[in-house]
Amino acid sequence: MHPQTLEGGFANPAADAAHAFRSVMEAVARPGTIHEITGARPPAPLSPAAGAVLLTLCDTDTPLYLAGAADCDAVRAWLAFHTGAPLAGPSDCMFALGTWDALLPLSAYPKGSPEYPDRSATLIVEAPALSDEGAVLQGPGIRDTARLSLPDIGAFRQNRALFPLGLDFLFTCDGRIAALPRATRVAAPAEMAEAR
Amino acid sequence: MTDQAYNFAYLDEQTKRMIRRAILKGLAIPGYQVPFASREMPMPYGWGTGGVQVSAAVLTPDDRFKVIDQGADDTTNAVSIRSFFERTAGVATTTVTTEATVIQTRHRIPEVPLAEGQILVYQVPIPEPLRFLEPRESETRKMHSLEEYGLMHVKLYEDIARHGHIATSYAYPVKVEGRYVMDPSPIPKFDNPKLADCPAIQLFGAGREQRIYALPPYTQVVSLDFEDHPFEASRADHPCGLCGAVDSYLDEVITDDAGGRMFVCSDTDYCETRQAAGHRGKDAA
Ligand SMILES: [Zn+2]
Repeated sequence: MHPQTLEGGFANPAADAAHAFRSVMEAVARPGTIHEITGARPPAPLSPAAGAVLLTLCDTDTPLYLAGAADCDAVRAWLAFHTGAPLAGPSDCMFALGTWDALLPLSAYPKGSPEYPDRSATLIVEAPALSDEGAVLQGPGIRDTARLSLPDIGAFRQNRALFPLGLDFLFTCDGRIAALPRATRVAAPAEMAEAR
Repeated sequence: MTDQAYNFAYLDEQTKRMIRRAILKGLAIPGYQVPFASREMPMPYGWGTGGVQVSAAVLTPDDRFKVIDQGADDTTNAVSIRSFFERTAGVATTTVTTEATVIQTRHRIPEVPLAEGQILVYQVPIPEPLRFLEPRESETRKMHSLEEYGLMHVKLYEDIARHGHIATSYAYPVKVEGRYVMDPSPIPKFDNPKLADCPAIQLFGAGREQRIYALPPYTQVVSLDFEDHPFEASRADHPCGLCGAVDSYLDEVITDDAGGRMFVCSDTDYCETRQAAGHRGKDAA
């Protein structure tokens, strides 16, 4: 076993997970806001933020899909040791992890059922950058509008059109996290300018 | 200091992860009831085990925790939940609404407007607003999925036919973001307007019924009503006997053996803060 496998977990599991969860919850409750999330040191190519999300939310009950470069021996071994999450394909997963391009197509993931819309996947998208510029967000959790650098716009609109079904997205970059739950309406900045 | 005989905030980490996942799905689908596997807690169901489990899943050691039971910080229920988390999570506690970061509540929303950075956790006895129309869970799920809320309106309208107004005064149903009809827990309908556009995160936990649901900040929440009978957030038509407030929800309390009574704020922190600022009602000593 690679020594790195045993390292990089939460130093104080209960307290670190509690703090990390609050960052995730604030991000989901206030789409577009960016929060620090720390305490994990996962192997490359995972960001510390993605590592912290996985340690906080995943365990033997949560099938996980590793997309693209995230699906490597070092990451598999680290997750097996620290979370025990069973690996799955996109159609059977509760969480998926990877870059935006690696995670596509979105049609592959569970979107919930009309009676149980919560039975849908959460995608952890490793982003090259995260900023409060770009797409314009409106909806629950947002007082007027928010802005967030998103990898696409049309894909999130299609996802919103499925509400209350749909996917929920967490964006991770270095030690920071933002979120786009399914209820958020997304527009391009130019469209908002036209609407005025 | 936390009591080391327990895990942080009592629940084991796997249970907290499960509850945390349910909370996130609840926030993603505002007003929808997410099933979760409720755990036995060292207190009876009537004491708000759903709220306690949600609080256990969100608290960090840095929080300042407040518990209110029908507005009061000093009931047996409120005191015991507060000391439970002092002991198991080592959190600081407070009775001052504005100082609290997490507030667990049974049957009230504080009078002082909540702020960003605060979390309000409701103890919920019956999460399903359609339960009294349809006892079968499989059927109520179907009704929610199809937005079949006509019967709910019929029930409210029967109230009007019988009483001349909507008699439902607690747990008055609301519609969230134009989609899910939700039970706001047995808060007085006076509190319903505070559910909407609230800067705080609102989380609802039902222990016996194993449901969690949520309202993100600034969510659109509308009390069900009719054009000819609009919703009214009523309160007793008196000022508070102790602090003179005319904008707070009041409880009627018996003051002596001779049947004397007075109206006082149900929110004890609000009333005491006003009294400390020099406001006096007609019954103040
Ligand atoms: Zn008063």
